[in-house]
Amino acid sequence: MSLLQLENLSVTFGNFRAVDNISYKVEEGEVLGIVGESGSGKSVSSLAIMGLIDFPGNVTADKLTFEGQDLQTMPEKQRRKLTGSDIAMIFQDPMTSLNPCFTVGYQIIEALKTHQGGSKKELKTRAIELLTQVGIPAPESRLDNYPHQLSGGMSQRVMIAMAIACNPRLLVADEPTTALDVTIQAQIIDLLIELQREKQMGLVLITHDLALVAEVAHRVIVMYAGQIVESGPASEVFRSPKHPYTQALLASLPESAAGKARLEALPGVVPGQYDRPQGCLLSPRCPYATDHCRQVEPDNQGPIERQVKCHTPLNSEGRPAA
Amino acid sequence: MSTSKPIDSELILKATKLKQHYHVKQGMFKAEAVVKAVDGVSFNLEKGKTLAVVGESGCGKSTLGRMLTMIETPTEGELSYLGQDLLSLSKSAQKKLRQKIQIIFQNPYGSLNPRKKIGSILEEPLVINTSLSKAERKAKAIVMMEKVGLKAEHYDRYPHMFSGGQRQRIAIARGLMLDPNVIVADEPVSALDVSVQAQVLNLMMDLQEEFGLSYVFISHDLSVVEHIADDVMVMYLGKVVEQGSCEQLFNNPKHPYTLALLSSTPQLSPEKRRKRIKLEGELPSPLNPPSGCAFHGRCSYANDRCRSETPLLRTEDDSHLIACHAVEENRIEAFAEGVA
Amino acid sequence: MTVQSNAPLNAPNNNETDSHEIVNTAPAPRTPLREFWHYFSSNKGAVAGLVFIVLIFLMAIFANVVAPHSPSDQMRDALLLPPAWLEGGKWTYFLGTDDVGRDIFSRLIYGARLSLSVGAFAVTISLILGILFGLVAGYCKGVVDVIIMRIVDIMLAMPSLLLAIAVVAILGPSIFNAALAISLVSLPNYVRLTRAATMSEMSRDYVTSSRVLGASPLRLMFICILPNCLAPLIVQATMGFSSAILDMAALGFLGLGAQPPTPEWGSMLADALQFVQRAWWVVTFPGLMILITVLAFNLMGDGLRDALDPKLKQ
Repeated sequence: MSLLQLENLSVTFGNFRAVDNISYKVEEGEVLGIVGESGSGKSVSSLAIMGLIDFPGNVTADKLTFEGQDLQTMPEKQRRKLTGSDIAMIFQDPMTSLNPCFTVGYQIIEALKTHQGGSKKELKTRAIELLTQVGIPAPESRLDNYPHQLSGGMSQRVMIAMAIACNPRLLVADEPTTALDVTIQAQIIDLLIELQREKQMGLVLITHDLALVAEVAHRVIVMYAGQIVESGPASEVFRSPKHPYTQALLASLPESAAGKARLEALPGVVPGQYDRPQGCLLSPRCPYATDHCRQVEPDNQGPIERQVKCHTPLNSEGRPAA
Repeated sequence: MSTSKPIDSELILKATKLKQHYHVKQGMFKAEAVVKAVDGVSFNLEKGKTLAVVGESGCGKSTLGRMLTMIETPTEGELSYLGQDLLSLSKSAQKKLRQKIQIIFQNPYGSLNPRKKIGSILEEPLVINTSLSKAERKAKAIVMMEKVGLKAEHYDRYPHMFSGGQRQRIAIARGLMLDPNVIVADEPVSALDVSVQAQVLNLMMDLQEEFGLSYVFISHDLSVVEHIADDVMVMYLGKVVEQGSCEQLFNNPKHPYTLALLSSTPQLSPEKRRKRIKLEGELPSPLNPPSGCAFHGRCSYANDRCRSETPLLRTEDDSHLIACHAVEENRIEAFAEGVA
Repeated sequence: MTVQSNAPLNAPNNNETDSHEIVNTAPAPRTPLREFWHYFSSNKGAVAGLVFIVLIFLMAIFANVVAPHSPSDQMRDALLLPPAWLEGGKWTYFLGTDDVGRDIFSRLIYGARLSLSVGAFAVTISLILGILFGLVAGYCKGVVDVIIMRIVDIMLAMPSLLLAIAVVAILGPSIFNAALAISLVSLPNYVRLTRAATMSEMSRDYVTSSRVLGASPLRLMFICILPNCLAPLIVQATMGFSSAILDMAALGFLGLGAQPPTPEWGSMLADALQFVQRAWWVVTFPGLMILITVLAFNLMGDGLRDALDPKLKQ
């Protein structure tokens, strides 16, 4: 049984479809990378899983289960209990995710209290244990610190400590390192992967950094304008992308260009609310688009473990197959 | 690239021992602290070349950019533009030369005046510095808009109607209105999406070729720097730790901090991945920098000398500068190039 | 949605805007004015306030056409007549008459003229001075800032009405002096607001880039920064209008504002206070007028704030 399974999840805000019929699974002990540009719906989809979409957003799905339990029909109270203990999430900006009015210790202990309970002393020991686990030096003294006394990397460590406080089965990390410096980013990612291995958690890593996903993820999902355009094992997707968008994204990375050659930039921007094209959403930007692409939306093709949403998936030479 | 130096290379901007020290009050009864945001940075920038300044937040790279554009006056040091000392000039002469060094900011949402139309944003430099007529200004603005890939009909629109990439194009166009020679680009693409980032980088390279611009490219993203830079300068806590050509730095990095930076940058292709050098700890506070080499607290090669004596920039080979005792004493084992 | 199919098949080189064109069904970008109206009109209370304010302005401007009587004509045969719908009321004196036989309706209309012009005068003066001092304080910082802000602090440390009374007492009671006093006491709000907005705008990159372009301090202050500080100032000015009307009424009530027989809402209240028991209408209608006008301005101010503050928009 998969840890998390969603089928045809959509999130709409009024007339705007932020997430458009996406389906994926996360297995136990797996690192799933979700990549995409801003506006691709990668963050919104994870918020929908956590049940954090507020009015006027509307979430629909054919199936949304966690360890076989249906998250949609579950009573609100039970779902809140589940998210936070079994499913945890960490956000992009560690500096604003912590409440500036309370000490770090208070916030960790509060999180522990709601989900586990226990005496004050036990909770405090557990909090120190957690801080040690995420590599914070001198954790006892850190408990009395306020968030503004911590650096960005430290705050993100505290956020991770709070997220793993209840031994979650699934951790959703939404751009966990974007706000951090390169060397700190490496530390945090190493920490996340280490914890994930140790606890055999499922980890959903949402990021715009393709290289980061390539380094740590087992499987990867590429999103574009609210849809999943390609999915598959990370090594395969990045070595021989089947979707023109994935190909273009990889080509637009500076490391793909030889010397001072110009980068192969994908023209245009992600379509927004008003300029959603007919047919394939990439068709106005796609170098291979045909009239057929401009009129008919493609279906997912290929085996379930390596899907691509394109009429003419690219072959191993990076050209459209027929 | 370093071998194919054009013979007629022309020195545009020369900085010598630039320093920017801030005095910070720490409370009523404590002594004033001195923050050495930039501490003795020197470089030469040639025409048509790109100098990249790399470092993490708080290393002083943005302060350096602000000094080069004279938003801040350095506390010490010399800055000369085409042989003229910028800092000792009169106000009016300074104003004139100032036009030739322009800046592009990181956040394209904050760098354009939200209450002004694109047209008047682009014409502002001309209004301030030239006596062109309205029609001439408009003509120039529209030419520039086409150069950076915007349409003439965007002239009457407001910044909030544009995407991040387009705004950065507008900011670049504004920077170019006065025909500058030097553009200081402070993280110009780090707020943009990958595909848009590529568009803007291409644009910057095209414009560099067309106008013979020199860039001071401030960034934390090493893969972007490797792509665009001719020379690279790595900064740590206000000091330059390694300086050299792009090739020297990326193919033969020496300083432990540069090594750590390179190994921390995620790489797409498995062949290019380097062995991860784990850096312990965080950036030290600039208010209370460590003694000796600022990096010693996080460096695995540090010894007593590193902890007490500040290393100076030394020429290693052919203009490759490194400030490290360990490199000097050959204490670092040969760095396996790009092998995981 | 129509899709042009004449785009070249392999055209990776069309730039950002071209590809936009192909699928462009977005509504034409709204001008700031239309966008403002879109947000403003969604607030019903604000629109009601605006309608009332427009009506009252029209009434004030065309007072001599609208008003059935002269405001100072004393009808000796009609003292303290009740409003028309009560027993003994006459339709010529719609809202009744006061103790010397003046038509209350006409006096209210002419009073609007006075109250509104006093409000406009006071707000304009304090807005101009407030922006000036606030911009200078926020831009220059340092000693200039300290001096200006300490003076402002001192002014804020005194009860504003008391300060106004003191000013009027020194200058002598008249409408002009009262308006001057009101603008003086409301000055601190504008200074502080402008200074805060200026300081936050100063740190924005667009100001820095204008500085790099060589813009002079005056240009930076008035062309670059000021337009971006206007939104909170407009809101404050609207609210200031209502408090100016209130202060004016208070001064009038105390006999320090308009002198009789000038029709002014506050002094109308004061003059008729002794008849409260016998003839409620002499007091009620001026009071209602003040209430509704102030309410209308406040409602409109709220709406303006919602419409002008980008943080409240989605």
